[in-house]
Amino acid sequence: MERSIPIIRVKQFTAAYDGVVLLNDLSFDVYGGEVFVILGGSGCGKSTMLKHMIGLYQPAAGAILIDGEDIVTAQGPRRLAILKKIGVMYQQGALFGSMTLLENVRLPLEEYTDLPNDAIDHIALMKLQVVGLGAAALKLPDEISGGMRKRAAIARAMALDPQVLFLDEPSAGLDPITSAELDRLIVSLSRNLSITFVVVTHELPSIYTIADRVIMLDKRVKAIVAEGQPQQLRDHSENAWVRQFFNRDATAVA
Amino acid sequence: MNRDADQTGERVPLLAATQSDGGLVLTISGSLDSRTTGQAWQPALEALRLAQPRQLTIDASRLTYCDGAGAALLLELGRRQSAHRGQYEIRSLDPAFRALVDLYSRSSGELPQPKAAQGSFLEQVGRFGVLLWNDVTKLIAFVGELSAALARAALRPRIVRWKEAWLTAELAGVNALPIVALLGFLLGLIMAFQSAIPLHQFGADIFVANLIGLSMLRELGPLLTAIVLAGRSGSAFAAELGTMKVSEEIDALTTMGLEPVTFLVVPRVIAAVAMTPLLSVFASLLGLVGGAVVMLSLGFPLVTYLIQLQSAVTAGDMVGGLAKSLVFGIVVAAIGCLRGLQTKSGASAVGDSATRAVVSGLVLITVVDGIFAVVLYSLGW
Repeated sequence: MERSIPIIRVKQFTAAYDGVVLLNDLSFDVYGGEVFVILGGSGCGKSTMLKHMIGLYQPAAGAILIDGEDIVTAQGPRRLAILKKIGVMYQQGALFGSMTLLENVRLPLEEYTDLPNDAIDHIALMKLQVVGLGAAALKLPDEISGGMRKRAAIARAMALDPQVLFLDEPSAGLDPITSAELDRLIVSLSRNLSITFVVVTHELPSIYTIADRVIMLDKRVKAIVAEGQPQQLRDHSENAWVRQFFNRDATAVA
Repeated sequence: MNRDADQTGERVPLLAATQSDGGLVLTISGSLDSRTTGQAWQPALEALRLAQPRQLTIDASRLTYCDGAGAALLLELGRRQSAHRGQYEIRSLDPAFRALVDLYSRSSGELPQPKAAQGSFLEQVGRFGVLLWNDVTKLIAFVGELSAALARAALRPRIVRWKEAWLTAELAGVNALPIVALLGFLLGLIMAFQSAIPLHQFGADIFVANLIGLSMLRELGPLLTAIVLAGRSGSAFAAELGTMKVSEEIDALTTMGLEPVTFLVVPRVIAAVAMTPLLSVFASLLGLVGGAVVMLSLGFPLVTYLIQLQSAVTAGDMVGGLAKSLVFGIVVAAIGCLRGLQTKSGASAVGDSATRAVVSGLVLITVVDGIFAVVLYSLGW
């Protein structure tokens, strides 16, 4: 997927809950192969945006096109076809606790392909080895650390070779070394497998490492207040609050 | 990489095998992705197995798309070829696909050693015995802890969270009244019907009243109530405390210096102890009403039934039943809370705790009932 072609197009998107507008009239594109970060302060609607993009929530208005198909209106086989193009890593990993890591990664392959059993084993193990978990393939999620669980969740999300991987707070709750390892993994998968990443985070070190482009949400205006490369926003944003956010300035405009 | 190729044209990968000079050339056309590779997997491996070539060449010049599944097939062919020391070459592979195959080629393709088998039958029996013993010691420790907490609560009632105890009493007691009453009534009715037939053969119909009175007050009223309590409230306590354990709320209490047993278990035990005897009285009374309905239908006046009941049942029977239901209440509430506090992590953990609470509750109810039978017999009640 070429980086000049948008793979996700969010058009005039509005999210509301119980009649209260959370995000108002957002439009942005995510290009193929880039690592796109949605960031903002706590409660600004980052995760809400992500959950709309993966089709869990219905927006109040607008369209979310994934590879040209609107996930908001698509039903039945069309919706399934869109869902097969995406993989999601949830904040806590959301691995199935009664299955080993290998079985977790095998599950989508068993459900959606006609590969023979040994091929599924082979592919699932390959995905786990790419995220550095080959040796832990037969362990249960309870038997591994939080960072390993997140990597295993990425392996499961990659099982069907999706075009887009959505990651919800990948660095949250991880130590700096594990967090840096995860960042390297994201960059490596993006460069080597040309996977497009949409990442929700507010961990600045991660953003500087992984992000090709970021959008920044602000709960006061319920909209995007900045868009661009993180270093550029930190140094040259016209919005003082954005500069203060990137510089971790506690005296930021409230 | 051209991800759209498989959507526009050749979805199914085509294989063509040509042999020459001990070499095999496999030409793969079309798309090798996770949805289509399955159709090429077996034929490709089968062609390799039959030919056993010295040199295997994959001609990928007509491969339009390849993802992880396709890379896995190319790597598996290479692995099998090298297993019998043959040469392997992938020709004309798009550089983007080549990078993918190289990335995945670091995969060893071998699963780690599975965990050791469970051991011999004797070992398994031994392990089960140790687990059982551990469970019993934990139960004894918990009984001690709960007794100490109840003693502290008796000395300083202010430390008890009465609001929660009151709420639990409503949930476990008042809300259980309809089901306990219905089951008690039906039990009395059915027992009376079943016993009326054989007793009638001996002209002893009137003794149905004795049977219903004694069995409901001494045994079945308390037992029925305890079983309903174990199913409704014991499991609910375990699920509630189990969820708190999983979400680290119990740890939060501990680090705040609050004892989970005093804070969470004592109010539930107090509520259960207060409500179980009352529910048991209702179950017994409704059982007697059920018996009365049958006796009336057999032609006995109500007053005859009541006089017969009065002569058959003593205050001791009533007190014995109440004492039993009091202990049942403690046991069911305590085991429900213990199983909740023992909850492990994972999606099924809370469900497991609820199940264990009901099973342990039923076992302990039976054991306690047996002890009561012996004690009451010794006391001549």
